[in-house]
Amino acid sequence: MNKLFKKYEGKIPLKVINDLKENMPKNMSEAKLKRILEKTLIEYNNMLVQPGESVGLVAAESIGEPGTQMTLNTFHFAGVAEMNVTMGLPRIIEILDGRKTIKTPMMEIYLKKPYNQGKNIKRIALSIKETKLNEIVSEFVINIAESKIEIVFNENKMKSLGLEYPVIQKSIKASFKELALSKKGNAIILKLNEKEKEINQLFKIKEKIKDIYIQGVKSVTHILPVKKGSEFLIVTAGTNLKKVLELDFVDKTRTISNNLFEITNVLGIEAARQAIINEVFKVIQNQGLNVDIRHLMLVADTMCATGSIKGVTRYGVVKEKSSVLAKASFETPLKHIFNASLVGEVDHLNSVVENVMLNQPVPVGTGLPGLVTKVKRS
Amino acid sequence: MEENKIPVFKKVESIVFSILSPNMIKKMGSAKIVTPELYDKEGYPVDGGLMDARLGVIDPGLKCKTCGSKLKECVGHFGYISLARPVIHIKFISVIYDLLRCTCRECGRILIPKNKIEKYINELEKRDIEYGPEERRVKIKEIIQSLKTVNKCPYCKGRQQKITLEKPTTFLENEKRISPIEIRTRLEKISDEDCEVLGLDPKAVRPEWMVLTILPIPPVTMRPSITLESGERSEDDLTHKLGDIVRINQRLFENINAGAPEIIIEDLWDLLQYHVTTFFDNNIAQLPPARHRSGNPLKTITERIKSKEGRIRHNLAGKRTNFSARTVISPDIMLDLNEVGVPKLMAMKLTIPERVNEWNMEYLKGFIERGPNNYPGANYIARPDGKRKKITGETREQLLEEIQVGYVIERHLIDGDIAIFNRQPSLHRMSMMCHKVRVLPGKTLRINPAVAHPYNADYDGDEMNLHIPQTEEARAEAEILMMVQTQLISPRYGLSIIGAIQDAISGNYLLTKEGRYQRKEAVDLLLSAGITDFSKLSKKEFVSGKEIFSVLMPPDFNFTGKSKFGEEVIIKNGKLISGVIDSANIGGGKGFMLRNIHKKYGEEKAIEIIGRIFRLGAVVLLKRGFTIGISDADLPQEAINKINETLTKAKKDVEELIKGYHDGILQAFPGRTLKETLELKILELLNKARNETGEIVSDYSNKETHMMIMADSGARGNLLNLAQMAACVGQQAMRGKRIDKGYNERTLSCFKKGDLGPAAHGFIADGFKKGLNPREFFFASMTGRDSLMDTALRTPKSGYLYRRLANALQDLKVEYDNTVRDSSRKIIQFDYGEDRIDVSKSDGGIVDVKNIINSIK
Repeated sequence: MNKLFKKYEGKIPLKVINDLKENMPKNMSEAKLKRILEKTLIEYNNMLVQPGESVGLVAAESIGEPGTQMTLNTFHFAGVAEMNVTMGLPRIIEILDGRKTIKTPMMEIYLKKPYNQGKNIKRIALSIKETKLNEIVSEFVINIAESKIEIVFNENKMKSLGLEYPVIQKSIKASFKELALSKKGNAIILKLNEKEKEINQLFKIKEKIKDIYIQGVKSVTHILPVKKGSEFLIVTAGTNLKKVLELDFVDKTRTISNNLFEITNVLGIEAARQAIINEVFKVIQNQGLNVDIRHLMLVADTMCATGSIKGVTRYGVVKEKSSVLAKASFETPLKHIFNASLVGEVDHLNSVVENVMLNQPVPVGTGLPGLVTKVKRS
Repeated sequence: MEENKIPVFKKVESIVFSILSPNMIKKMGSAKIVTPELYDKEGYPVDGGLMDARLGVIDPGLKCKTCGSKLKECVGHFGYISLARPVIHIKFISVIYDLLRCTCRECGRILIPKNKIEKYINELEKRDIEYGPEERRVKIKEIIQSLKTVNKCPYCKGRQQKITLEKPTTFLENEKRISPIEIRTRLEKISDEDCEVLGLDPKAVRPEWMVLTILPIPPVTMRPSITLESGERSEDDLTHKLGDIVRINQRLFENINAGAPEIIIEDLWDLLQYHVTTFFDNNIAQLPPARHRSGNPLKTITERIKSKEGRIRHNLAGKRTNFSARTVISPDIMLDLNEVGVPKLMAMKLTIPERVNEWNMEYLKGFIERGPNNYPGANYIARPDGKRKKITGETREQLLEEIQVGYVIERHLIDGDIAIFNRQPSLHRMSMMCHKVRVLPGKTLRINPAVAHPYNADYDGDEMNLHIPQTEEARAEAEILMMVQTQLISPRYGLSIIGAIQDAISGNYLLTKEGRYQRKEAVDLLLSAGITDFSKLSKKEFVSGKEIFSVLMPPDFNFTGKSKFGEEVIIKNGKLISGVIDSANIGGGKGFMLRNIHKKYGEEKAIEIIGRIFRLGAVVLLKRGFTIGISDADLPQEAINKINETLTKAKKDVEELIKGYHDGILQAFPGRTLKETLELKILELLNKARNETGEIVSDYSNKETHMMIMADSGARGNLLNLAQMAACVGQQAMRGKRIDKGYNERTLSCFKKGDLGPAAHGFIADGFKKGLNPREFFFASMTGRDSLMDTALRTPKSGYLYRRLANALQDLKVEYDNTVRDSSRKIIQFDYGEDRIDVSKSDGGIVDVKNIINSIK
């Protein structure tokens, strides 16, 4: 049986063969299987794209047309106000623009086996969240006379985050070397040098201290443990894929961010391509629309073809075009024409718009082949 | 028309961009312009004036002095003006600025030591080959940036001065002005080799050409004057501007010759610079735009080219056509899906050229005989030499005799001609499909309602466009590639987009569910649906609806599927054995039955059957009568009581929640505040209540009402709509939350401050039938407005996204080696979509293996 399948590998895509295997009823006779495979091959061959097919435009239409039916709203993730997810048209625009900073950066952190069962999930999550000093302090007391700052800590919060005083002292010390530190009860007292004994300075330092980084992954501002299927995972607002992947309890194979540039830098362009496809597909499905994944693949491939993410804008994909007129017909026509004139650029009229401009057949579809006939000599 | 000429196939191979040299301008100029006057006393163009006859013709009857052609044949010819003093071209100002700062002011060499130049050139060339001209430009910019700080020439050791640009057009060196003459001499000194490093191709450009000494005058054909009703001439904006330039230029010449003081000359020079600058671009930030006397700014060259209404996007990338028509559309189920009903009036104006040969001579003569006013006639004939003659009552007899083989006759549109039909916005390729013409009385264009969906059309006043292809090639291509039946499956998701809709679905539903007719009636129905062969219909006195429906099916068709409610639909040997036909089988999208017919019998048969099903459904409704009334939403008292019960209970529950919130009993969900938790819980409760009322409605409402029939068959509407009418509209939500805007701490002034109850935050407990109270109505309006806003804001955004995508992807195509490449033949994908499957030929994007396995017996 498998032999028969083997024979058709290469002729039929692997995915179709696997589909067949899956759906095949048990005890199928050899002859019948052969007929099935033969029919599949015929059907597959009937489905092939024809050379010259303007697949780009079809993809653009397939994404552009449902764009008119999408909503503009953003949704709250699981009802948490701070954790918005940009969805609908704005998200698609954001992805296809190739924006460096996105509106709602998020990560889905999957955990390795013992950790993903939900035990201590909150603890793990909190350790990922970026904690600043301000969050564990209950009060700042400023003593102007002695130019001292007394930081009173909220020990409950510290406990829930698993923090100890020495760690805090160390991180304060790291950022303010000139301050003298001492601990008293649930407070740390900072004393200024003689030289900087100004009141202004005191307040400035207090403000700065608030932002001292204590623990966690930088730029992860919110965390939310979520149960998905049988396992727990952590959804975060704010992304830092590189640092998260360094943590040893994280499942490195599935953890993903929604920031395409971060993915490019950490995981490479191929991963970014897949991320574009996944992210756009997610939005489209979320809106209850139906777009074939091949169209998204084509868009993602064009965006990533040069090795870095190029947005579908006049600075990205369009700029890469070889034809001056094609660029000019999009946006800022004069800029392109003047730039071309400086280097004596030649437009070879290889693509669509230029030929439309000149009233010539376009080199796609039926415009692609030429006819050669033998002329009878009379 | 065009057909009569022997085709000359010329093809533009490539277009080269470069800058015109002064020599070139002089050579291509057919006239030197010296006077700002346009016409003499008699109204003829002045020699050496801006409307010089050598620049082309714009008056009918006159001949061009340069090429001797008449109006519309002469494309126009350039002229030129010698400028008294050089003037900087505003569009190259930044290039000039860079050049001045990167070259030595004394010797004109680039400020890079000799040994490094080669390195830079190699680097540039490498980039050009590897990454294309854009990357090269980036590198050049880097080089230029690095040269700005060099202050000693590595060749002549001359000290460099700081050069600044005082916008828009003045260059300063150490706060002292450099005249364009000086700039020009400096640019002249730059050697060709150095130009290359600075990103100029010496073959295309010499830097000094960016300072104009001679200005080309565009031909008059590009700036025609309009004659007003009063006989007065109104000149084009460009002519106005050029007049200014010539006038100032002449004054400048005179003053220089007369030896006027330097200050006066400088002033005039600046004025000349201003006029030349605004001639090119009237939107420079630091310059006041040149204006008409009326005060609106002139539209000069840049404005002509730029933006959506500019030359490129409006005239070059978008074209206008003849042989097209547009009017309101209306539905006509008696048309086939691939037909379009064309009003006779249109058919007599739109023509198709047909060439006379031995065999069709008599046939075509008939058209001429009937002339332009009798349908079907002909409007024009064209001789092989291209001369066109109008057919009128007087010329008809003579033309009939003149007609020979090789003449072309432009005859009226007749049934069966090919036309392309389109509705804007043309968002996908199904927005332009090919139909066969059916000339009909009336004044609207007509289509079968089943094809309204791909066009996204309705009949509330929509207009559509009709185009008549004029050549055999165009017709063949339209027919083979664009015909309605070839577009049955959407390339977006690989499922059919054309199917029965609305009445056709409810009609077939009723027919196959309960139908029982006398045989006579059945024959009548089928005849109305366009079927003449009744041999499949049983000879019994009474026939069931299923039997009638079976007549439409091909005799060897087998199908098993599910109806909308999961009931099994079985068709065996072309007979509907069990199940009702509803939207799940004959509707668009997933209409599986239609999909199978399409696959088995091909597209021609598929649209034929869809057409028949459609007509049958509509005819059934016509016979039976189908209407809805308010009473369709009536509920028995018992149901009303139940609904009220649910709603009061929900209200009570919410109140309890609120009480719990105020008393501090409510427990917050993890990660959320107390308020948010409350909101979530309330929302959940109210939604549950609404769903319950929906269920009550569906339990108690009469299944026989037409409203329910429509919902059940999937023709229009759903249970939710019915529940909203009969029972309760439900919670109005904005951005996923209850309504929470308006006054301080409350939504409307009729509520107490801080009221958290359902009614105060947009819960509408009444149904549409009962009517909304004022505050409910207000909340409903709020969400209504919100969704209107959303649509209004979204349309331009998605339109722009679509334009960008289309522009970026338009030249990707599948090559003969199955790779996807762009216009510079760069590979984008090795196999299209990884498996080369064309979505529009697939089953929802995949090979449907289940179906294959099932089909093999």
